[in-house]
Amino acid sequence: MGDNSLVLGHRVSEWCGVAPVLEEDIALANTALDLIGQTQLWLGLAAECEDKGRDADALAFHRDVWDFRNLLLVEQPNRDFGHTMMRQFLFDAWHSLVLAALKSSENSDIAAIAEKSLKEVTYHLERSSDTVIALGDGTEESHKRMQAGLDRLWPYVGEMFLTDEHDLIDVTALRPAFDELTNDVLDTATLSIPTDNFTHKGGKTGARHTEHLGHMIATMQFLPRAYPDAKW
Amino acid sequence: MVMTKPSIDQVWEWLDAVPDPEIPVISLVDLGIIRGVTWLNDVLEVIVTPTYSGCPATRIINLDIETALNDHGIKKVTLKRQLSPAWTTDWLSDKGKAKLENYGIAPPQTAGGPTQCPRCKSAQVEKISQFGSTPCKAQWRCTDCLEPFDYFKCI
Ligand SMILES: [Zn+2]
Repeated sequence: MGDNSLVLGHRVSEWCGVAPVLEEDIALANTALDLIGQTQLWLGLAAECEDKGRDADALAFHRDVWDFRNLLLVEQPNRDFGHTMMRQFLFDAWHSLVLAALKSSENSDIAAIAEKSLKEVTYHLERSSDTVIALGDGTEESHKRMQAGLDRLWPYVGEMFLTDEHDLIDVTALRPAFDELTNDVLDTATLSIPTDNFTHKGGKTGARHTEHLGHMIATMQFLPRAYPDAKW
Repeated sequence: MVMTKPSIDQVWEWLDAVPDPEIPVISLVDLGIIRGVTWLNDVLEVIVTPTYSGCPATRIINLDIETALNDHGIKKVTLKRQLSPAWTTDWLSDKGKAKLENYGIAPPQTAGGPTQCPRCKSAQVEKISQFGSTPCKAQWRCTDCLEPFDYFKCI
């Protein structure tokens, strides 16, 4: 959870200062801020459980690509604004369902972080759904770009629902709710879901990230690695 | 020197004088983020809950709490972060909501949007963006006086 919010939070923050309009710039920066805040909670808890003297920053800045356990979807580059918002929508839909399930975790720390995050993610989903609908059912150009984004990203959806032995919840069981939610929004957005169900995998297990993650991490980790004593 | 411990009520009063760093017209107590104050022997424990998990003001808030209490002679203060129950705008005090409105920020409404423009009081308002100048706010606009304004989101 922490790696997902960290990688997507960093990706979304790349829009800061260069988004198409001021309102979107602010909205993207705020979404990134929420995700990085959630990262501090998740990775903070991970560091505490691990008990090896590392903290959230050490986990974020001093691990290499193969140690990351994020979904392949979130490490995909931003490309255009439509592509960014489609990635956000697919992730938000999944994220909201997973957090709702983790909210009832027996581990009170996990339940508390999920409860807190879900409030923020409910806003993210509302916004990304609205934007996907507005641009999908917008001009010919915006529709074309949203469909291209969906076509490109759909092969990364399947990985989100693969349950492995480290999962605390059965994520596979969340797929019908995800399908219902996304069908509804994408249908209203006049977009067609690709019929091919091929899925890329390897991000969540760390076995095979896409090349994009290494480049992103190099940028993200440069400062604390080059200047280890730097203080904010 | 033995210091007599200030009462819990007195501490709440002092904390109610500490302004929110981003919206200084309301206090940290108005904001509803102080969840408890307890004496643990000679250490004062203050339980604080974050508004939004990534809110950059959190660090400043903690510092402001410590500084205010130190200034009132309480030297040993510990701050405890509490995530659950998650902060909700229901915890904003009525006094705080009135101050927000006066300041030009529409207070949170359970209906999901502001009831009126904080400037001209017109009910003709529309949403510009789900997000505003800080994580806790959205941007709205009055279609009568045409002024954009911040709306404190309801969570
Ligand atoms: Zn007005």
